[in-house]
Amino acid sequence: MEQQDKIWDDLTGSDYKYGFVTDIDTETIPKGLNEDIVRLISQKKGEPDWMTEFRLKAYRHWRTLSMPRWAHLDIPEIDFQDIIYYAAPRTKPKYESLDEVDPELLATFEKLGVPIEERMLLAGVAVDAVMDSVSVKTTFKETLAEKGIVFCSISEALRDYPDLVRQYLGSVVPYTDNFFAALNAAVFSDGSFCYIPKGVRCPMELSTYFRINAAGTGQFERTLIVADEGSYVSYMEGCTAPMRDENQLHAAVVEIVVLKDAEVKYSTVQNWYPGDKDGRGGVYNFVTKRGMCRGENARLSWTQVETGSAITWKYPSCILAGDNSVGEFYSVAVTNNHQQADTGTRMIHLGRGTRSRIVSKGISAGQSQNSYRGLVRVSRKAEGARNYSQCDSLLIGDRCGAHTFPYIEVDNPSAVVEHEATTSKIGEDQLFYCNQRGLSTEDAVGLIVNGYAKEVLNKLPMEFAVEAQKLLSISLEGSVG
Amino acid sequence: MLEVKNLHATVDGKEILRGINFSVRAGEVHAIMGPNGSGKSTFASVLAGNERFEVTDGEVLYEGRDLLSMSIEDRARAGIFLGFQYPVEIPGVSMANFLKVAVSEKRKYQGLEPLSAAEFLRMMRERASVVELDSKLTSRAVNEGFSGGEKKKNEIFQMAMLEPKLAILDETDSGLDIDALRIVGTGVTKLKRPDNATVVITHYQRLLDYIVPDYVHVLYKGQIIYSGDKSLALKLEKEGYDWLINQYE
Repeated sequence: MEQQDKIWDDLTGSDYKYGFVTDIDTETIPKGLNEDIVRLISQKKGEPDWMTEFRLKAYRHWRTLSMPRWAHLDIPEIDFQDIIYYAAPRTKPKYESLDEVDPELLATFEKLGVPIEERMLLAGVAVDAVMDSVSVKTTFKETLAEKGIVFCSISEALRDYPDLVRQYLGSVVPYTDNFFAALNAAVFSDGSFCYIPKGVRCPMELSTYFRINAAGTGQFERTLIVADEGSYVSYMEGCTAPMRDENQLHAAVVEIVVLKDAEVKYSTVQNWYPGDKDGRGGVYNFVTKRGMCRGENARLSWTQVETGSAITWKYPSCILAGDNSVGEFYSVAVTNNHQQADTGTRMIHLGRGTRSRIVSKGISAGQSQNSYRGLVRVSRKAEGARNYSQCDSLLIGDRCGAHTFPYIEVDNPSAVVEHEATTSKIGEDQLFYCNQRGLSTEDAVGLIVNGYAKEVLNKLPMEFAVEAQKLLSISLEGSVG
Repeated sequence: MLEVKNLHATVDGKEILRGINFSVRAGEVHAIMGPNGSGKSTFASVLAGNERFEVTDGEVLYEGRDLLSMSIEDRARAGIFLGFQYPVEIPGVSMANFLKVAVSEKRKYQGLEPLSAAEFLRMMRERASVVELDSKLTSRAVNEGFSGGEKKKNEIFQMAMLEPKLAILDETDSGLDIDALRIVGTGVTKLKRPDNATVVITHYQRLLDYIVPDYVHVLYKGQIIYSGDKSLALKLEKEGYDWLINQYE
């Protein structure tokens, strides 16, 4: 038995492969949070008065709330006065070409494999690269502009399209929604804004790479996507964070508005620093992601591959308000070593004939805890609503945990709600079988895990799928291949 | 090719193999028979490197190398193949994908380039026909939802793909109907070459009608207590093991 433990230790004891800190001058404001800090952030960003007011209201509301404790997570006490709420790279000006960009920053992107150069053009990807809160470079804006598509940082959007932002900001995730959404609304530094006009099909995948970099600064991203009637967009978000000892707070908000006949696909690969193998450090990731299918036949699909963070608290959700609108959630969540994840979705069926589909694949290794938490609610008016949920858990070793918390609330008798769940384990007999055919244990685990997660990985855009496959293997290296 | 000297092995502290001496030369077929619980499957597992068993004494030389110091996968890549009595299901991993990795790993070990996709697919088609395996099964997940007979055919198909030097077939005939037995038996015989060897573990002589052994050994209480030629299998079939056991005890 001891020998086995040792094998699992060897297998699960791999180190984070993206651990490095970029040394760039960072402009920061004092630690802590109060109304003055909120005003200072708003002022630094040159925001209109209504925005400052929005932030202050959020801040005042946040002060009345306390940390949510209902998740199956062991969350250490967070001192919100010990956090720096704003950091911007000092090299502020916008660049015309890559030559002007800080070479260290470029090297960071290089290490991350961010295809910010010509590769992007070939891959058809426009990247709004976010480095510590301020957009450094936005590409392909012109191409998108020809179609009337707006894709920029949310700061720019506040400046250039204040009416659009004002109309939709907080309309899906109001600042009153939860503790972290209120905090985000008060102090968010930057993020992305995307508007697809009526009837326009966005010709390329839109993606944003987020990255935490300045020591001790929490990152509070805010993303707002609006797909006008009959439009389509596929949006990808991916992130890795450098290795460090202290914990970092990350509380992002993503809001998506999908109007009549429009479709949005939102894909995420999340690889924030998970902490070391003894559970020291790592990012605390408290994210509120929600989309509203406002019009008839609107479609919203969330796909996520979650491998990072010490703590993940995240439930990308769909409010299916429009008749016959469709919501989907495809998730692979990997936890290893001492990571904890409590993630899932909420499908709120309000309109008639609304449909939703949930496919969740949890993978637990090491001494980690991995929970799926999902709510399917069918309101009284949602005649003929349908939901199908599938929640699978895969265990590697015998010291990790997998938990499933499905909530189903149905107020309309015509609804059909299905839920399936399985739990399986990568057994020693499977590994022996693979080894006996000449496969190393790592290759075997990689094959098994990728096979298990295939249904979700297939939903990712091609170039992301390859990256995600690699990431799964790296995250479980040793424990998996 | 294989030289086993005084091999002892235990599981959970209980001694199962108690001094096996056994040798195989290239081109030979050996059958190992014996009553239930005599250690046949353990012997096969230990040769393949299963870590459930602890080798407490003895030595195994494979092509002059110390087999016991090699990892499971290196033994496999060096040409040792174990046909499982209970082939394991691996959901989500297609046979084709699984074998592609297995074959490339083996070729890498031998210093060969991986096969091209076309070469590999052609090889799969050819080798699947050796055991009349429905080629559709190769696009399914490893052993998942396979019938008992298909699983065993699939073992021999993998053997055909991996071209082992030493194949150890652990009760490959168990659970097979007469037709499947013939297909598996003749399949193994088709793969026989002067430079490889096969060790067949079985309870029944009927498999040996197809895979004709040069030697038949009787394993009892963790030791080989008797060896003979193929006529021994017939005698055992008719008379059982008692006469041998009585001699031994």
